[in-house]
Amino acid sequence: MAARTLINVPPKAKRGEVIQIKTLISHIMETGFRHDNVGRPIPRDIITSFVCTYNGEEIFKAALYQAIAANPFITFHTVATESGTFVFQWTGDNGFAQDASAKITVE
Amino acid sequence: MNSRVRLALAVALLSLAASLLAAPAAEIPLNERRSAYEDMSRDNKAMQDDDTSNPGMLAVLDGEALWSVKVGASGKSCADCHGDAKTSMKGAASRYPAFDTASGRPVNLEQRINLSRQQDQKAQPFAYESKEMLALTAYVALQSRGEPIAAHDDPRLKPFIDKGRAAFNQRQGQLNLSCGQCHDDNWGKHLAGNTVPQAHPTGYPTYRLEWQSLGSLQRRLRNCMIGMRAEPYSYGAPEYVDMELFLMWRARGMKIETPAVRP
Repeated sequence: MAARTLINVPPKAKRGEVIQIKTLISHIMETGFRHDNVGRPIPRDIITSFVCTYNGEEIFKAALYQAIAANPFITFHTVATESGTFVFQWTGDNGFAQDASAKITVE
Repeated sequence: MNSRVRLALAVALLSLAASLLAAPAAEIPLNERRSAYEDMSRDNKAMQDDDTSNPGMLAVLDGEALWSVKVGASGKSCADCHGDAKTSMKGAASRYPAFDTASGRPVNLEQRINLSRQQDQKAQPFAYESKEMLALTAYVALQSRGEPIAAHDDPRLKPFIDKGRAAFNQRQGQLNLSCGQCHDDNWGKHLAGNTVPQAHPTGYPTYRLEWQSLGSLQRRLRNCMIGMRAEPYSYGAPEYVDMELFLMWRARGMKIETPAVRP
């Protein structure tokens, strides 16, 4: 099953308003430090990077490591400057790549 | 210590021991029952309340997709028979475990889904606790969110509720504890750093932060049994289903919260 994402961006905001953005993605975030029931190491499989762009401009970026729990929940704030689209991109081990987007109307 | 003091001490100890031994687990009065949601931190409550923050909703999205996948020799999806789950499955989870005439005993929601897969869809059953099983159960149970848990007053269920109650009050494991000693007699107190909950199955499958995934009620029961140092039953065992049934009966009228978030 593909990774699932849940995005919470306010659909409307006033120009200059500080808005909160919440993102959730399904991912096992396997640390690579664990072993299976016969002692074989379980290879690392994590998301390593998260980037958010607002009308093409990068406004938020995070590097993720093994200490992040499964299904990473990332929330941050930005200033609503103009109507447009937020694009969220997650990349990780084994060629993992997932994106999602959300629209906002700024009045 | 003089003999009188010694005697008084012995009597006090004996009566304490007697009260511990004899005290039957008192059932919680209906109006004092509360979901463990009430005991959670503000952050955890917020996580459960917002469907874009609740990680259980990721599995619900998977379950929604599975609902319309055609599977098995029948080539049918769940939707082909049941239509829109939002209407056909409304309240369904609040009535499980329910009596299954064919096997003559109660089946839980997971078992009902697998019966349907095997008999109607002619497909392989899902493994218990598999990602698919949890996803589909969560999607079905979500349709009962806010619905009161049914009274489970089918007379055929009565003997199984009684079995579940007996198991709930049975001391077991190396610690020689019963479920009731914690969840009926000492709820609200603390065990290590945690508040002892009343153990109402209102939000299953539940996303536990400790598990970093969704888990079934039976996984939770295993957890408690291992904690009591008792040997857990295998998944799907009738003993678990009886206990699930008793717990649902005990929580009758309380509202379904699936998918709940718990620490």
